Amino acid sequence: MIEGIPMTHVLIVSAFMFFAGICGFIIRRNMITILMSIELILNAVNINLVVFNKYLYPDQLQGQFFALFVVGIAAAEASVAIALIINIYRRLNSINVEQVNEMKY
Amino acid sequence: MALNVLMFYILSAVIVIFSVLTITSRRILRAAFYLLCVLVATAGFYFMVDYQFMAGVQLVLYAGGIVVLIIFSILLTSHISHKFAKPEAMRLVMGLIVGVSGFALSTIAILQFAFKETENAAIKVDMQAIGTQLLGTGKNGYALPFEVISVLLLAAMIGAIVVAKKGK
Amino acid sequence: MNYSYTILILLIPIAAFLFNGLLGMKFKPIVSGLVGTIGLGIVFLLSWYTAWQYFFVGGMVDGEFPKIIAMSMDWLQFTDKLTIRMGIMLDPISVMMLVVVSSVSFMVHIYSLGYMKGEKGFERFYSFLSLFSFSMLGLVVATNIFQMYVFWELVGISSFLLIGFYYQKPSAVAASKKAFIVTRFADLGFLIGILLLSFFTQTFDFTTLTGADHSIFESGAAKSFMGMSVFTWACLLIFMGGAGKSAMFPFHIWLPDAMEGPTPVSALIHAATMVVAGVFLVARMFPVFFFQAPDALEVIAYVGGFTSLFAAIIACTQYDIKRVLAFSTLSQIGYMILALGVSGYEGHEGVGYMASMFHLFTHAFFKALLFLGAGAIIHAVHSNVMQDMGGLRKYMPITHITFLIACLTISGVPFLSAFFSKDEILVAAFHHNKLLFAVEYLVAGITAFYMFRLYFSIFWGKDTQYHHTPHEAPKVMTIPLMILAIGSIFAGYVPFAKLITADGRPFESHIDFAIAIPSVLIGLVGIGLAMLMYRKETHIPERISIALGGFYKTVYNKFYIDEIYLFITKKIIFNYISRPVAWFDRHIVDGTMNGIGWITLTSAKKIKGLQSGYLPQYGMVFALAAVVFVLIFAFLVR
Repeated sequence: MIEGIPMTHVLIVSAFMFFAGICGFIIRRNMITILMSIELILNAVNINLVVFNKYLYPDQLQGQFFALFVVGIAAAEASVAIALIINIYRRLNSINVEQVNEMKY
Repeated sequence: MALNVLMFYILSAVIVIFSVLTITSRRILRAAFYLLCVLVATAGFYFMVDYQFMAGVQLVLYAGGIVVLIIFSILLTSHISHKFAKPEAMRLVMGLIVGVSGFALSTIAILQFAFKETENAAIKVDMQAIGTQLLGTGKNGYALPFEVISVLLLAAMIGAIVVAKKGK
Repeated sequence: MNYSYTILILLIPIAAFLFNGLLGMKFKPIVSGLVGTIGLGIVFLLSWYTAWQYFFVGGMVDGEFPKIIAMSMDWLQFTDKLTIRMGIMLDPISVMMLVVVSSVSFMVHIYSLGYMKGEKGFERFYSFLSLFSFSMLGLVVATNIFQMYVFWELVGISSFLLIGFYYQKPSAVAASKKAFIVTRFADLGFLIGILLLSFFTQTFDFTTLTGADHSIFESGAAKSFMGMSVFTWACLLIFMGGAGKSAMFPFHIWLPDAMEGPTPVSALIHAATMVVAGVFLVARMFPVFFFQAPDALEVIAYVGGFTSLFAAIIACTQYDIKRVLAFSTLSQIGYMILALGVSGYEGHEGVGYMASMFHLFTHAFFKALLFLGAGAIIHAVHSNVMQDMGGLRKYMPITHITFLIACLTISGVPFLSAFFSKDEILVAAFHHNKLLFAVEYLVAGITAFYMFRLYFSIFWGKDTQYHHTPHEAPKVMTIPLMILAIGSIFAGYVPFAKLITADGRPFESHIDFAIAIPSVLIGLVGIGLAMLMYRKETHIPERISIALGGFYKTVYNKFYIDEIYLFITKKIIFNYISRPVAWFDRHIVDGTMNGIGWITLTSAKKIKGLQSGYLPQYGMVFALAAVVFVLIFAFLVR
């Protein structure tokens, strides 16, 4: 079902998503929003992996497998991150990333 | 215009719009919802390239698991009605500079690069092929990374429980 | 002969020093006093035993006294050729010095038990005394010039510590600093001399340096610098070190001030032992001086002669009894140095060398006696100044008698010890240099005069009313006085010409009455003058001082030498050398270092802002850097 869809367009969409994630990471202060930005970034990478696999190397499955592993890692990351956020919230009563800066200097 | 092409551009539009909304929304629960939309649209894209298993994983794990986890944590830590303050101008500008310049750079790179397809015949992607390769130990076998990921997930699970546990 | 026990002579004092220094305050003060005294007593006995064994049991080998290395060990080994050894060498002068140092030190140890009783820092005093004894004994038995230098400096530091014993007193602190700096400055010359000498001869060992084989000097003999041979320079520089320790002109300025220390210290260090280290040094190196640098020896003779006259004149005008004694010490050491300077080497030619050692020996006894007597007087009167004294003979009979003996001795009255030694010096001077001989005659008279001026002012003169009646010193102080008085009387009967000579071979010496009788007469004239002026309270001294006017004032102020030094250091060196150097150090050197520190600190302060602990900022920097790098390496640099 990919006839007529140029690969570059898909890549551009994923690049957009990736940099939207980075923008969010920089701009937002809420930790959960930052976490969501990271999910966007990972997702963009996943799209790239799948697209390269499908368009360039349809004789193999590497891209797909790596995408699967990234999903697994994203799940692990999300669970740990949320545990951390909950812990921080309990201590500081805030999940504003600007208040979690005790490890400066 | 072929239907699949139209379908692709609709999905692309959804991804672009909701990505932007995710990072700009000043209500956190809505942001989570927009993220869900992006992830679901991505899953639709996977269906388009005929990777059903991948799409299934995307839906179940990402859209189902992670977003639900995020929403739970939002409910634990934030007030639903709470609306964020607008980001500082300085940070906004910096973020936009990084984002826009990076995006521009990537786009130029993508458009300039001559991608070269393989000449080998495509293989059929079905559950059997995926299963054999994922648990295979020979050529194209992914048993070892698979096991590593499983250990990582276990560790993350224990770690998350320990970290989030209420203090003594 | 087995002399290995001599190591104990060094080990016991250092052990006493460590014990008193580290543990002294844990016990009653008397414990450290006894430890030091008993230790020194053992050393005293050992030294006399060594002397007996060396001179009378071991005796001469092939007609001369051998140099015996009793012990030697490698201390620092730098290369195969450059090794510094520590050891014990026994030869006539070192054995003689062992006897002198240990005897006087032992007497002073006993005496101090009484003199320092109840002083704060009693155990500190004893530990320093032990340290000094150790250093001095190590100095005299040194096997090589480097060991001598090490102990030389140790002696210097113990002298510094003891002069500054009353460290709450600013004048004592200043005096100790002065002594240290002046001698240290002279030691710089000593060090350079050592380096020069060893560089050209390739050895530190005294045995090699003073041996009969002169081939080691060949390599350097041809070289010269500013018209003098290398060895003349080396010897002069070494003598500079000796002059510093022995307070020869122009390094004499520290010795009178050193009298700020406790009186027993003055007796031990600044009269009998340490200040003769310079004499000992020249005597030790005598063959080098005599064969390689006769010019240097000439200089030495004149320095000695000048100092003896110069100090004797000043001594006549001083009122502080300890200072009078200090100047008299200078004068007597001048004699010894002069005797060395005019000495020959072989047989009767070497009478000057023998006379110098002889005078060193006798001087140690009567000068220690004078100082200890002065200590007893100060102890009784609580003042150093002559005007506060007078008529003391009634109150302190023992001190009086012993002091009188010492004064008679130093004045060269016949058949007391200094008569013999002084006579030998005069004989030596007569044969070598008539001018110096005449000077020494004059000095003999002046010496007698100022010693009896001192004696009459203290024990006779006016009947001073004292706040509380002076009393005779306790037994523990008077017994050393008596022992030393006996020493002063009989030390002259030791047959020095048979024992201690320049070439190690004995010769016949006899009293030259043609020289001795006039010198005795001159001495008696001095005594008579002093008696006339000071026995009863008269106005003669005042009238004389007024008649002499400016000259008297100059002499009273010690010829303004201290002021000249101060002028040179403060006005010239400080202003024109030290200031610019200090400015350079403070602004350029320190400035550079501070600048580096400042730059580091400031940049660190600026940079640490980056480490904000604020996650999105890190992310932004990371992403921006990635973008920039991609821009540079993927597009611009193709």
